[in-house]
Parts: sequence; C-alpha cells; structure tokens
Amino acid sequence: MTTASRPQTPEQPLPPDPADREPILSVRGLVKHFPLTRGILFKKQIGAVQAVDGVNFDLYAGETLGIVGESGCGKSTVARLLMNLEQPTAGEILFKGEDITKLSGRALKAVRRNIQMVFQDPYTSLNPRMTVGDIIGEPFEIHSEVAPKGDRRRRVRELLDVVGLNPEYINRYPHQFSGGQRQRIGIARGLALHPQVIVADEPVSALDVSVQAQVVNLMERLQDEFQLSYMFIAHDLSIVRHIADRVGVMYLGKIVEIGSDEQIYEHPTHPYTQALLSAVPVPDPQAREHRERIILAGDVPSPANPPSGCRFRTRCWKAQEICAEKEPPLLVPEVFRGTAGPAEHPSACHFAEEKQIVPPESE
Amino acid sequence: MSTGGSGATDALMAPTPRPPGGDEGGPLLDVRDLHVEFRTREGTAKAVNGVDYSVNAGETLAVLGESGSGKSVTAQAIMGILDSPPGFITRGEVVFQGRDLLKLGNEERRKIRGAKMAMIFQDALSSLNPVLSVGEQLGEMFRVHRGMSRKDSRAKAIELMERVRIPAARERVKQYPHQFSGGMRQRVMIAMALALEPELIIADEPTTALDVTVQAQVMDLLAELQREYNMGLILITHDLGVVADVADKIAVMYAGRIVETSPVHDIYRAPAHPYTRGLLDSIPRLDQKGRELYAIKGLPPNLLHIPPGCAFNPRCPRAQAVCRTDEPPLYRVSEDRASACHFWKETLDDDSLPSPDA
Repeated sequence: MTTASRPQTPEQPLPPDPADREPILSVRGLVKHFPLTRGILFKKQIGAVQAVDGVNFDLYAGETLGIVGESGCGKSTVARLLMNLEQPTAGEILFKGEDITKLSGRALKAVRRNIQMVFQDPYTSLNPRMTVGDIIGEPFEIHSEVAPKGDRRRRVRELLDVVGLNPEYINRYPHQFSGGQRQRIGIARGLALHPQVIVADEPVSALDVSVQAQVVNLMERLQDEFQLSYMFIAHDLSIVRHIADRVGVMYLGKIVEIGSDEQIYEHPTHPYTQALLSAVPVPDPQAREHRERIILAGDVPSPANPPSGCRFRTRCWKAQEICAEKEPPLLVPEVFRGTAGPAEHPSACHFAEEKQIVPPESE
Repeated sequence: MSTGGSGATDALMAPTPRPPGGDEGGPLLDVRDLHVEFRTREGTAKAVNGVDYSVNAGETLAVLGESGSGKSVTAQAIMGILDSPPGFITRGEVVFQGRDLLKLGNEERRKIRGAKMAMIFQDALSSLNPVLSVGEQLGEMFRVHRGMSRKDSRAKAIELMERVRIPAARERVKQYPHQFSGGMRQRVMIAMALALEPELIIADEPTTALDVTVQAQVMDLLAELQREYNMGLILITHDLGVVADVADKIAVMYAGRIVETSPVHDIYRAPAHPYTRGLLDSIPRLDQKGRELYAIKGLPPNLLHIPPGCAFNPRCPRAQAVCRTDEPPLYRVSEDRASACHFWKETLDDDSLPSPDA
C-alpha cells in the first residue's frame, strides 16, 4: 500500500502463465540460519541450523500458492519470515516491489497490515482469557485507522457473519467453541484488516476430516469475495490439491520442485515429490493391491548438518555419485527443456524423470 | 479397575451366558452393549451408548469417528484405563478370550493389560516418560511382568528396538524420548506394546501426528508385525484414507453409537449410512482437483444433550420426521453389514454425486 498499488483486477480464472502479471509478493534467495551456540557466558557459535537455505518464489494476486513438505523442512520458518517475525540471514522479500525485511517502524507496520497470518493450532493460538469480540477486534487496536473505536463491535459482528459464525457469539470465550469454529475465529482475525495476502500455516491439520472440508471451502469463498492471495502451508498434499493454483515442494530448507497444480500432481519429475504423492493414503481398498507405493526409508536428516550436494540423496533411490558432489539447481531439467509439455517446470534433480503417481481424474 | 470402584457400577449386565473359558471358536474380543458416561458438574455426558463390536485373532478392525464420537473412550474402557471418576461404565460386557473383563478385580486386570492386550497412543512424545531412557521404559515391561533382571531386560529392549527397525538400537537404547524423531518415537511405542507379545493391540490414532511419508512407514510396520504375531488389531482413527489400506472391517461411530459396520471393501463402494457417506465424500483426494469439497454441515452433538431420535438427524441430508422421534436400531443390511439408519436402503442405492454443501 505504500508503493503505487496496481488497480484491483477482477481476478477469477488466472492465467497459468504468470509472465504477464506482476507478483504481489516475491521472495528472492531467502536464507535463515539459526545459530547453534555453546557456553553460557561466552557464547561461541558452533554451527547453524539451516532452516531455510535459498528459497525463491512469487505469489500473484488472487492466487493460492501451496507449500508442502515434511516437518522440519522449513516451511513454517518461511511463513514467519514472510510475516517479518524473524529477520532473514540473507535474501529479500518484496511486497509489491518493496523489500519488507529492510523496513522498520511505521513503514513496517503499514506493510504488516497487508500480510496476515492464520495459525495451525486453533487451541493455542487464541487467548483463552479474551472474548471472541476482543480477539477479532484486537487488530483494530494496533491499526486504529481501519476502524474507529465506536465502529469496532459492528465490524467484529460483520466478520463473524462472514466466516459463518453467529454474530451473537461475540461475548463468548474460545473454550466454548469446537476446533473448526475456533479456526473460523482465527480466520476472522486474519481478515479484520482487509489484508491482501494471508499466510496460512497448516490451517486445517488439527481438524477432523469432515470439519477440514468446511474450513477449506470457507477459505476458498473468502478468497473470491475479498480477492485474497493465499500462501497455504501444509504437509497434506491432498488438501493442497483442492485449494492451490501452484505448488512448491520443500525439502530441508530448499524448494525442490515448483509448478502448477497439474504439473506437480500429474507430472511430477522430482523423486521426492513422487514419494510424497505415493505415500498419501487413498480411500479405496480396491487400489491397495495394485498401487505402487514408494516408501522412503529413514527420516529427514538434521538441518544442522545437511548432506552435501543434493539434500535428498540420503533417502533417494536414484542417488549416484554426482548427487553427493553437485547440488542440482532448481531449474527446468534439460531433458524437458523446450518440450512445452506439463513436465517442463523447475525441478532440482540430476535425474529428473516423469512418473505418474496419481491416476488421471476419474469421473 | 476403572469402572468406578467395585460397587459403583450399577451393572445391568445384559447376560448372555457363555461357557467359562470358552475362547475356542469365539472372537478374541467381544464388546457387548457397552455404556460409558461421564458425570460432570454440567450433567451426565453419555459418551458411549451401547457399542457392540468384535475382533478375531489376526484381524484388523478400524473404528472410525470424529472427535467426541466415543471411539477412544470405548478403547479406554476395554483397556481398563478409563479415568474414574468422572467416567463410569454403566452397562455392558467386555469379553476377552471368554472372560468378562469388567467382572475382574484390579490385580487380575493389571496382569492382562500389557501382557495380553496393549495400547499404542496417539501422541508418543507425551506418552513416553521424558526423564527415563527409552531402554529403561522398554525394559520395565520385562522387569515388572516377567521379573527379569536389569541386564536381561536391557538386552530384550535392544532386541525389540531392532524388531521395529530402529537403526543403531544398541546406541539408541540409552537415549531419551526427545532425542528421537516423531516416527521413531512411534516405533518405540509400538515396540513397547509388542514387548510381551499380546494377543490384541489397540492403536489410538497411531499416525495422526506424523508426516505422510512416515505415516506410511509406521502403518506398514504395524501391519507386518500384526501378520507375524497373528494379533487382533483395533485401529482407531478419523481418517478413512489410512484405514482403506489395512483394515478388514470397519465400525463407524457417531455420538457414542456404532452407526455402520461393514467389511472394508463394501463400505467404500456403497456406504449404507448417510454419515459414512458424508465422511467419504469429504476426504480430499489427490485425483480430484479444484473441486469444492463436500462438507457435512453442522457439528457433532454435545454429549450432554444428544438429540432425540437419530443423533445424526440435525446434520443429515436425508432426515425425515421419523428420524427426529425414533432412534433407528442397527438394521441388518447383509450378512456381515449393519446400518443404524431408517433409510439405509435408499442410502445404499443412492449413487448420485453429493451436492456441495452451501
């Protein structure tokens, strides 16, 4: 909002080719290392947890970018960096062309209004001693220009209505709500300041399947209604498929494959994406006999001491010598360059090949 | 035991006389007409209202339901670890190898727990003791139940850790739970449950807290060990996806009752209860993109005030007047299927696509 804002284009079916659009948020070379220290009085740095190590992506207006990965891959750290809750070690985060990591004071406050967050755990992210009205209205305390004091209760009621809760609940406390309802309260709080970007960090992981669907549908409706851009972080690939336009797959602090929904789900070329997809349980007992599953051995290595070269090589069935020596860049693999097929998308693997894991949509 | 002391169970034991010790032929575990309630200051919450299910040796029963459906409480009642008060078993039988466990005393119950039936909990980090090493906790099973020495029990612990494929077991046996990753901790829990080679394992959401890749590893391990030991397995979960790969039969719970039971193949093809149908339709699927997810409208009922008639009627797309007054019995759908819905036939035959919930 500080730089010249582009006219709000009526979004709807977004062209998959982003070349003609300008990103609302772009991340360039983002790095976050947490120092590991030893000693109490004289702290000596003995290493660093490389939580995020060179991440690039763009988020366009009105679109949903899904970020998936296992625990410890750095996806939540990316979210915290976007919110400016952590200072990056290197790299920049451009919100409409302005690097928000360099901002402070009034300018930072102004940008923050435009990027809001919805947290994972609706049980701990709401203050148990505050009423719902106070929780949703709290952003107005900080950004009083959005709603004058006398108008706040009305605005909160409106927000409750928008997320499908009874506006009469304004004086209730969080414990009087179920998990799904609490997540709606979290979303209402995120919407209060009319942000342009919402960073949702595993917003439905803590909910039952039936309630997940309600919350995801609500988020999609709100996106259309308020032209929001979502950054949707999750470990569940199937829920991401329903909401995301583009998907980035993270592993140990790096994006290993990024592309459109179709490219990632129907034409994955990175072995890690293929393994993730094949591990998703399919609710069909017929399929269990003849479904090929790639089960990865072991756990994610420690980000304090990541493997050399390709970070996935320790669990990869294709790994060869080159994988330990040379880090594969996140580019369109040579074999697919210029093919104009759906496999032509960035994938950080020396031996990228297309493999169909998900059966084509059956009607 | 946890049934609220010996006298506190106002036991209206529905008696189906059984030959004592007749565990041949009969199922390994047979739960009959189980009722559990929680007496709280706000009133009595009826958590389990007449649950019947059975598991045979070598069989996997999946118990499915949302939070608050009573699936975990049933498991706790079977294990005898229900918090009492406030929880009380007011009626029913838990027949295990021909004996009604609810009639046994504390001491006898304790001998069965761990040795004959064991439980795997959802959250391995909070179920393991953070100040004892993994080896000590595993070894404790052998010291307490088998009277082994410390040295022998440690050797046994290492053996167990190798069984559940924890790498470098000899070194890791000395480590503490926080030094293990989520998947490895869950393996430790499985090892602990397996320690005394029980006949029945109850796994309460064993993979819910894990990543999909690790989830697949853990489920495979569990299925393999079950086959090897020919154990009965009760798998409690809210995720129909996980269940499809491993279960033999499924029991769907809602508001403390079983609303549908079925062999695994039939239920996915044609559910006979609208609630099961809703659960199936609301699963996000990898092979269906961008479509709006079907959502079951509304919320599960408050157990203090379960709606009259069918408990699911306020959320049911098929509800009619009769559903608000008459509680549906568990209708027999076929030889091995049952559904507690007045309109099970219509639900079964209906193969239209769900209309997205407005």
